Amino acid sequence: MAETASATHVRHGSSIGQPLTRRDGVLKVTGQARYAADNHPPGMLHAALAVSSIARGRVAALDVAAARAHPGVVEVMTPANRPPLAQDPDDKNGPFVFRMEALQDDRVRYAGQPIAVVIAETLEAATEGAALLAPRYEAEAVETGLDASDVFIPQMVGPGAPAEARHGDVEAGLAAAERRVEATYETPAQYHNAMEPHAIVAAWEGDRLTVDTPSQGLAWAQERIAGLLGLPPENIHIRSPFLGGGFGSKGVISGPQVLGILAARLVGRPVKLVLRREQMYGPVGHRGPTRQTLRLGAGEDGGLTALHHHVRTATSRFDDFLEPAASVSHTLYAAPAIATTYDAVRLDTGTPLFMRAPGEASGSIALESAIDEMALECGMDPLEFRLRNYAEVEPMSGKPFSSKALRECYAQGVARFGWAGRPLQPRQMRDENGLLVGWGLGTATFPALMFQGQARAVIRRDGTALAETGAHDMGQGAWTALAQLAADSLGLEIDQVEFRSGDSRLPDAGIAGGSSHTATAGIALHHAGADAIAKLTELAMADQRSPLFGAGNMGVVARNGRLLRRDDESRGESYADILTRAGLAEIEGRGTGAMDPAVPEHYATHSHGAVFAEVKIDPELGQIRATRLVGAFAAGRIVNPRLVRSQYYGGMIWGVSFALHEQAVMDKCSGRVMNANLGEYHVPVNADVPSLEAILVEEHDPHVNPLGIKGVGEIGITGTAGAVANAVWHATGVRVRRFPIAIEKLLV
Amino acid sequence: MNRFDYLRPASIAEAIAAAAQPGSAYLASGTNLLDLMKGDVVRPARLVDLGGLPGLDRIELLPDGGARIGARVRNADLAYHPEFSRRFPAVAEALLSGASAQLRNAATVGGNLLQRTRCAYFYDPASACNKRAPGAGCDARGGENRLHAVLGWSERCIATHPSDFCVPLAALGAVVEIEGQAGRREVPLEEFHLLPGETPERESVLAPGELVVALRLPAEAARFAAHARYVKLRERTSYAFAVVSAAAGLRIEQGVIAEARLALGGVAAKPWRARAAEAALAGARPDAASFRRAAEAALAEATPSGDNEFKIELARRIAARALALAAIGTPERLPALPASPFAPVPGAPLHG
Repeated sequence: MAETASATHVRHGSSIGQPLTRRDGVLKVTGQARYAADNHPPGMLHAALAVSSIARGRVAALDVAAARAHPGVVEVMTPANRPPLAQDPDDKNGPFVFRMEALQDDRVRYAGQPIAVVIAETLEAATEGAALLAPRYEAEAVETGLDASDVFIPQMVGPGAPAEARHGDVEAGLAAAERRVEATYETPAQYHNAMEPHAIVAAWEGDRLTVDTPSQGLAWAQERIAGLLGLPPENIHIRSPFLGGGFGSKGVISGPQVLGILAARLVGRPVKLVLRREQMYGPVGHRGPTRQTLRLGAGEDGGLTALHHHVRTATSRFDDFLEPAASVSHTLYAAPAIATTYDAVRLDTGTPLFMRAPGEASGSIALESAIDEMALECGMDPLEFRLRNYAEVEPMSGKPFSSKALRECYAQGVARFGWAGRPLQPRQMRDENGLLVGWGLGTATFPALMFQGQARAVIRRDGTALAETGAHDMGQGAWTALAQLAADSLGLEIDQVEFRSGDSRLPDAGIAGGSSHTATAGIALHHAGADAIAKLTELAMADQRSPLFGAGNMGVVARNGRLLRRDDESRGESYADILTRAGLAEIEGRGTGAMDPAVPEHYATHSHGAVFAEVKIDPELGQIRATRLVGAFAAGRIVNPRLVRSQYYGGMIWGVSFALHEQAVMDKCSGRVMNANLGEYHVPVNADVPSLEAILVEEHDPHVNPLGIKGVGEIGITGTAGAVANAVWHATGVRVRRFPIAIEKLLV
Repeated sequence: MNRFDYLRPASIAEAIAAAAQPGSAYLASGTNLLDLMKGDVVRPARLVDLGGLPGLDRIELLPDGGARIGARVRNADLAYHPEFSRRFPAVAEALLSGASAQLRNAATVGGNLLQRTRCAYFYDPASACNKRAPGAGCDARGGENRLHAVLGWSERCIATHPSDFCVPLAALGAVVEIEGQAGRREVPLEEFHLLPGETPERESVLAPGELVVALRLPAEAARFAAHARYVKLRERTSYAFAVVSAAAGLRIEQGVIAEARLALGGVAAKPWRARAAEAALAGARPDAASFRRAAEAALAEATPSGDNEFKIELARRIAARALALAAIGTPERLPALPASPFAPVPGAPLHG
């Protein structure tokens, strides 16, 4: 990041663990951070999408002549003149490859689907050109909602997990239970709504392509674009230094991004295409809706005897992504019999996609609600019930956890929130104004995953270093946290390390998803630095002129730009001296970050947390406000507590959103999302979350990876959504099982 | 958006002449109009920018206790005007409960009156909407209509008027000053907006070219200053339109209501003055039973237009709440969460 104006930090010892502020913060608050749509190569034209207003059928006619005639319009791209692709955009050749609409034909398969692209000298001309196309359609009846007719049993859910999983005999467990709860919960379709819309600036030079576009997965994007265009991946250069949020929707290249590239090809000039807010409610993914039925059995002592989590979800008519909402039940509570099952319907919508905490977010609010319902049935405090059913090993697999400080999370959360003395029965607490007050608890969990990533580190003769990996900063702080890891791996101050990232020409850092990026890219950097240091050490130890000569098995330590003999730290020399004497300009190391396959074989790897929520509700009007949230999370080694706390805050606010605010409202007849804007698609404002605390609970994970890093990016939603839902029940005595909780459900 | 002519007249007469041409629209700060244009909901051929007109941006506190507000006065400037908010606290509270700080800093008084409904079917050019295209039909009627009108709606249109500001204005008997080619006229705010009936495309009494130049609050409106509140129920704590809202003003003499004012928001295509409720309160004791009776009267004619039956009871409750809060008394300072049920209530708790 050559353009970074970084703040000066005072470092005390290693960089890892320091609460550094974002190194790109100054750039961002001064408007100098260059996002994709800020790029304006010479000669650039603007493209506007025309999108379908019907959800199923075909485009019968477009008034291309009218659009072309509009002043400033340069070209109109339709299926008739769209440059050819080497690959059918409907081909699926991998688990993370999704079918896309790139003007391959006149079919319409969801509302908001691109049906043409207008390219013009100005954005205004392109936009009006798109309006002038005035499409005529042959529309077919659409199906929306979870009661649609086309029901099927999926084999796989999420990115490729088996849909059905069983452990023990659930029916026997239910039959033997003293107490039973069966309840059905619904979650709506949600849209990612990153603040930065999907944008692309595409510029061709012969058969080489440069694109500026936000990406959570540069290598995948490069491969996908190359495959579609029939070009070698190295011909595709993608720059993505900053993302204005991604939440999963920028994990794979979408149809509109490919159309921006094709538009540039068609007109032979650079083209910029930026989605309008309402155009983000179709071709770039969403969180699929769910209807979840939980069946729980418990004995007289409050011990679970069985847990059945059935999910009805929805995907598009033309591709599969099934929200893996039941996976949370594999992990969280120690039931001797667990079953998770799915069915799904096909709808005339865009294909759902992973959205922050896919599966766990939707599943957790249902499971945590049901657990509370069972705790009440058993006459137990919700925390007592959860501790009674605490999973010492992962219940589904029987594997030990690589680490699990959930008990400590509960304990610290309880103390900080002041949970003690909470009445068991609902509608018992009021504030000084007579508002109903409720307290709720939710357990948070998210798997600790890793993708595979590479990194390169170079120690230079001047004693500084370069570390690089094509990582992705969506706002989570990768520019900072990864640089901290790189600096420690090289035994240097962070300001002595030039850190490069966000570019497809750099080593593949793996996808920024699954809360895995810091672990994956970070371990790759860790190994790359270690590799460079090892080579430098070899060089020194083999050189008679070095004070390290012959250190041999005693080994050396890298610290403050020097190698020191482990057995005698007074004997050492600087990196610069070693390289100078060897006549080398630099020395290079390479590293890979990936989960050791032995780890998941022997351990269940998850982050955990406990979230406590207080809500206040007007007893007559039903308006709800989450007035206090305390979350305590354990996620292994914390690389940067400031950034991690920020991730937890964001996740917890999203949890409030999930429980109380967020939903796409789809018209049942047209299949159009009727609130496709940030005025009407509600997410919390500051006033909705007046008090928020995140506690970082210490946890040492000796197994998950060499640095013990687990994920923090998604877990905050899980637990929180259920905690808020449970608090609403506790305040009112009304158990609302459809989310977001609507005012009218609370009117008694 | 479409290509359009842009005019910036220097006088009101010039503006009116320009705007009387078919296809014209007045542009104030554009917080609503420009969004509508970008969404292809409206496609005016000519924008007549009011930014160059003199004399429309003044707040005049009249010696008789009333006020006259120029049409281009910004919402925030009016709400934070100390003397105005002292005389008409419910109006200030309503203004500050609307939109966001950024929008309030831009949006004007005249624009607030003339903002369009937030009905999603009106905003979606692919949906049938009798407001946008008379005779096209109303897709909201059988669609997602949880937040639509429960009073004064017709088969042609079930949209609501979104303004918070207009609700206390209706309650307090505000008057709209209008200039047009035929000269100057005044219309009570209560009669300014039209119910949909057979012609939902006609939303106000304005004739082509007519311009709202000012808004007047009569002197008697200030007599409610000690007991005036606005309360707004919404689906998040801020930056959301009202599910239902109410403005209430009371004159309490010797423990009895001498005069009451009540209007509802979010329930109809216009701010809904509840005169029957006001009549029921005159001479009554300011207690929960009176307020509930008044609320029943206010909603006596209400019927659901879709999946929104709950709004009728909610509207009763918000009306009763606004009256109860007004009876407690206007707070010394506007609460940090204006019009919110979560704003602290001075004195005794509202709920048992």
